[in-house]
Amino acid sequence: MRAMLPRILLALTALAVPVSLHMVFLVAPTEQKMGVVQRIFYYHVPSAFMAFLGVGVCAIMSALYLWRKERRFDIMAHAAAELGVLFCTIVLITGPIWARPIWGVWWTGEVRLTSTLILWLIYVGYLLLRENADNREQAARWGAVVAIVGALDIPIIYKSVEWWRGLHPKVLKISGGGGLDPVMERTLLFCTITFLLLFATLFLERVRLGLQEEEIETLEHAIGRRPATAAPGTGPGGIGS
Amino acid sequence: MTYFGIVALVAAKDLRTELRSREQALSLMVFAVLVLVVFNFAFDFTIIDFKTLGPGILWVAFIFSGVLALNHSFRIEREQDRIEGILLAPIDRSAFYLGKVLSTVLFMGTVEAVLVPLSAILFNQSITPRLGLMILALVLNTIGFAAVGTLFAAITTQTRRSEVLLPLLLFPAAVPIALAAVRTTSHILAGRPFARYANWVYMSAAYDLIFIAAAVLLFDYALQE
Amino acid sequence: MKGAGVPPEPAAPSVAARGLVKMYGGFAALDGIDLDIGPGESVLLLGPNGAGKSTFLRLVAMLQRPSGGTLRLWGEDPARADRTALRRRIGLLSHQGFLYDHLTAAENLIFYGRLYGLAMDAGRARKALAEVGLEGRRDDVVRAFSRGMQQRLALARALLHEPEMVLLDEPFTGLDRQGARTLQSMLAARLRGRRTCLMVTHDFEPALPLATRIVILADGRIVLDRPAAGLDAAGLDAIYRRTTDLAVPVPAAS
Repeated sequence: MRAMLPRILLALTALAVPVSLHMVFLVAPTEQKMGVVQRIFYYHVPSAFMAFLGVGVCAIMSALYLWRKERRFDIMAHAAAELGVLFCTIVLITGPIWARPIWGVWWTGEVRLTSTLILWLIYVGYLLLRENADNREQAARWGAVVAIVGALDIPIIYKSVEWWRGLHPKVLKISGGGGLDPVMERTLLFCTITFLLLFATLFLERVRLGLQEEEIETLEHAIGRRPATAAPGTGPGGIGS
Repeated sequence: MTYFGIVALVAAKDLRTELRSREQALSLMVFAVLVLVVFNFAFDFTIIDFKTLGPGILWVAFIFSGVLALNHSFRIEREQDRIEGILLAPIDRSAFYLGKVLSTVLFMGTVEAVLVPLSAILFNQSITPRLGLMILALVLNTIGFAAVGTLFAAITTQTRRSEVLLPLLLFPAAVPIALAAVRTTSHILAGRPFARYANWVYMSAAYDLIFIAAAVLLFDYALQE
Repeated sequence: MKGAGVPPEPAAPSVAARGLVKMYGGFAALDGIDLDIGPGESVLLLGPNGAGKSTFLRLVAMLQRPSGGTLRLWGEDPARADRTALRRRIGLLSHQGFLYDHLTAAENLIFYGRLYGLAMDAGRARKALAEVGLEGRRDDVVRAFSRGMQQRLALARALLHEPEMVLLDEPFTGLDRQGARTLQSMLAARLRGRRTCLMVTHDFEPALPLATRIVILADGRIVLDRPAAGLDAAGLDAIYRRTTDLAVPVPAAS
């Protein structure tokens, strides 16, 4: 059953995507003030949720890794961070695309977008730091420290940017229920679920890849280090070779 | 030796080394003053009020020299693998962390103590009436910056690209402190009542507590080999 | 395995390794080490570059953690036991002195002494310096010291807290013949028979007289383990060549 999970998720995602496209472009009503452009909202918001999900999963897996020192937790943390950065990038691209036709500017300095940019920087930093470590274990440990600090910091960053800007423009405020047309709400919900399925599918694939890489390394080591018992000179630097 | 004895011991060692070598103090100071001078030319202060822009400029100078101080502090430990002498010692490594935070705060504090009066002169600004509050704001926010900075610097100085990696990681993480510092300083200079900026002060204090606690728990993982 | 003349120990060995493995990514620096070092033994660990000697020493020093197998220090598992208590019983002298250049000799010792929980003051520092012949230079900054003097100061630092076990990682590096002799005689005076000792070095000429046992590593495995009794430098050289089957570079100390 567990082996079937990735397949099931992939199938569900493959089904959900066209349905969500249908809903976003054909079912959801056109917004009064902003027009067709507003539909980007159905990608912008779920992406933001997924970015936070990535951050959260990364932090939890990082803590588990530091506690248990099991490689699979680190692989999951890394995968979650990568997905977090991916969806965060989508948020940062869709935000300006949405803003430009409406306000004529690419960047409005809106609180959530600014904070999301900072979030993006932290996790890009996380990925870069891992690249600069000497070995896997070090990358895992350092990443874990940064991920935990980053996750603790996120709410504080959002609050501080909010206070800094004073009020944030109501137009971009994503209300969670009241004020949103029920059809739009349903569309948003469905899109969120679609993105969640996408996240889960990508996550499982990425983790599987990571575990396989790990296995290959272990096998390479076993082959490379076995002493030359039969033919002399077959093992690297073996005794007597 | 007690836990805080070790903290003091490490900080004292850093200070003594710095006093003897004077490697860092001079370049930190010159750098920070340069930042100030550049901004003096960059903006026309006959038009712009220092109260508006000043705190931002000051904290840019403090933050940049803070990064220099952090890199330098750990570079000394990295050279000749001196850090291993610390790793071998039967101490709680978080005490070493706090000692480093303390010495960084003192170094940054020295820069701040020079730059604030200097900017008052350069930009014709009076700060003496609210000196106590200014000092509180400086101390509180410097501690926060040093707390996260020391943890990150312990990691990044183990890489080859630490000059790039430390700012890359630290600046976003320190955004709340930077914002709090600038707003608090700005309100203090404008003579506004404490209630106006109390929330920023509480944020700085909360940031300090949260991240010192987190770093004390996480520091060992940063240094393990 | 143990040399003649070493009595059977009732207590746990100072170091006990079983199937010890250390991996760096896919590369195994240590590939299954079985080794016991008893109290008072003085092991000279040799081997070609990359054989794993320094790696083993660093695992014993608890500077790194094993990837596999077991390592016990005085019967305790460093991963589970109180590492602080274990660290107090170990002293390390490396080719890097761990000395602070801008502090004086005395200040360095006071710093490390206090770090190790000793009640250090100028008087105690003075005594420690006298034991390595550096009393006259106690108020000079380490920056001004020669390599030989730095190593002697580092030795004083390493032994300040009277460790039961002393680890030496290439201590003779960068020393001229005279410096190596001086260091050797100081080591002989303070180590022999009183402490457990593990020496990793390429310069086995100065190290050999200090050893009670020779262990040779190659490719992360032990290829020789025998008492040092009756071996001179030439004899050891011959054994080394035969065992590792590689050209041995001329020892640096000559």
